[in-house]
Amino acid sequence: MESVRRQNNIILGVQSLKKYFPIRRGFFQKVAGWVKAVDGVSFEIEQGETLGLVGESGCGKTTVARLILKLLEPDEGKIVFQGSDIGKFTEKAMKPHRKEIQIVFQDPFGSLNPRMTIGLSIEEGLRILGIKSSSSRKERLEKLLKMVGMSPDSADRYPHEFSGGQRQRICIARALSVDPSLVICDEPISALDVSIQAQIINLLKDLQDRLGLSYLFISHDLNVVGYLCNTISVMYKGQIMESAPAEKLFENPCHPYTMSLLSAIPEPEPGKRQEMKLLEPDLSDSLITFAGCNFQGRCPIEEPRCRKKEISFKKVGEKHIVRCWKVAEK
Amino acid sequence: MTNDSLISIHDLKVYFRSNGDHARAVDGISFEVRREETICLVGESGCGKTVSALGILGLIPTPPGEIAGGQILFADQNLLELNEADMQKIRGNHIAMVFQEPLTSLNPVFTIGDQIGEAISIHKQLEAEAVRENCIQLLTDVGISSPAQRLKDYPHQLSGGQRQRVMIAMALACDPDLIIADEPTTALDVTVQAQILQLFRSIQKTRSMSVLYITHDLGVVANIADRVYVMYAGIITEQGNTAQIFHDARHPYTKGLLASLPSRSKRGTRLYSIPGAVPNPAHKPGGCPFHPRCSYAIPACRKEYPQMCDYGQEHLARCPVLFEGGGL
Repeated sequence: MESVRRQNNIILGVQSLKKYFPIRRGFFQKVAGWVKAVDGVSFEIEQGETLGLVGESGCGKTTVARLILKLLEPDEGKIVFQGSDIGKFTEKAMKPHRKEIQIVFQDPFGSLNPRMTIGLSIEEGLRILGIKSSSSRKERLEKLLKMVGMSPDSADRYPHEFSGGQRQRICIARALSVDPSLVICDEPISALDVSIQAQIINLLKDLQDRLGLSYLFISHDLNVVGYLCNTISVMYKGQIMESAPAEKLFENPCHPYTMSLLSAIPEPEPGKRQEMKLLEPDLSDSLITFAGCNFQGRCPIEEPRCRKKEISFKKVGEKHIVRCWKVAEK
Repeated sequence: MTNDSLISIHDLKVYFRSNGDHARAVDGISFEVRREETICLVGESGCGKTVSALGILGLIPTPPGEIAGGQILFADQNLLELNEADMQKIRGNHIAMVFQEPLTSLNPVFTIGDQIGEAISIHKQLEAEAVRENCIQLLTDVGISSPAQRLKDYPHQLSGGQRQRVMIAMALACDPDLIIADEPTTALDVTVQAQILQLFRSIQKTRSMSVLYITHDLGVVANIADRVYVMYAGIITEQGNTAQIFHDARHPYTKGLLASLPSRSKRGTRLYSIPGAVPNPAHKPGGCPFHPRCSYAIPACRKEYPQMCDYGQEHLARCPVLFEGGGL
């Protein structure tokens, strides 16, 4: 199984992905403008690695996840998964690939059907994939529950009988049931209690080591991303502003947005409280499309030219790219 | 009780009854807020943080809830003995509250101006024009740009951060002595959170108020608190100033929480995690409520309710095992 997957080191490559949503107004629902939810996003995830996608709410993180899962059709761009461009696949062509990409959602209370026992929920994927024999399904179910640290006899119970952390374990078991190679984790721990978060982070890490999984880890919590991810991409208003290996991003953040995001993390260290650099509140209207850098208006080092031309990525180090003029000129 | 104490809570108990269950949500907590300080109540969901705050303001829904005992001393009176009319004079006027969800705690069909104005006109006899000026001043104080126009806006026209600023403006309307903020930044982005924390720090200083800040985020605590009370399953497990809690934690729960925080400096190492889950308030374990999850637990922890142990300089922790063991 491992050897087949390792043909190419890059498991998922996303190239200039775009998704615009129309804003409709008036009686005839005319298109009044476009929300550029994802506006030319590119990244690569290597086999067995974790890519962290961070940004504020509304920056398009979850839309990227939905595009990769083909729950939404991209307007432009490529999604190359294990060598084939699934972005163009029809529903039917996509079906055999569906099992390879799975997702764990943020809210373990909303993402499990309350009327299905957790056994049924976890097995559903297997049934759809055509594993008909109930004994082999049962065997797999037991193995999955053990893998996520739950007792096999919990299969007959309902979601409301479990705590948030246990439910998130169930959701992880469900995602793993079809043996995926890429798991998208969309804020998987932000709805959990502090003492439970570490348990789930450890579980995700153990599973990655054991099964060679790749993760796309979406989060707004830079402490978690800094701990868990190999590479971090910082998103702002539908675009990636900076992308770098995790240590580099923390040691040498280059984009002004990354810097303000990093300084806004409340660190559990009482001495550090005066160091925050505050961002100006974002007052721009999402309807107004403008030329130039998306960060204009909030950027502390803005210049007139930032409002004129689209800025392309500048390379500042190995695998470290930044969407800002000034950095490249330093 | 020290001289500069603003409000002190003694052995407050809040119980909830439903379907024969008897949930001891807050089970005898004592703490005080002094003048011009920010204290944090930290704990996980269901530990009784919010119920304690609602208890102080007399907002516990009864039934199913009831205040089963204790005292809340504020300005030489026990708030628990006041009638509803007297309590109304305290609420908003002397003690104000900021809730977690700004969208659900603002009324969607009234403008911002109406809602802040209401808070003012309930407690003060003022002309409409004076109320309006007051509102504009408040919005300016909490950092909202073009406040005169914002007064005519409805809550849905504002961003999450702005709504929380409006909530803070409402809380400030009558210049209270104490603001209780219940997870005011949990629903917000980190960058907005940083702004709101800054705002709390500055209003606390300029208006010389006290802030009781409720949160589960230890990062926020380190940023804002002067003193910290750590809660677990309805009791206070540890209390001290911020440096004591973060650098010299004495209770296994506090130690565990701090060790389990992910950060980039812990990369490559396995995170410590507290085993098990938070107990259901209706079925709390006997003895020390933390004992099933505690790695230091000895048989006595199962039977005996732990006493507060004094580490000096107002640093207390409810764990006799570690205290007698020399604080390990």
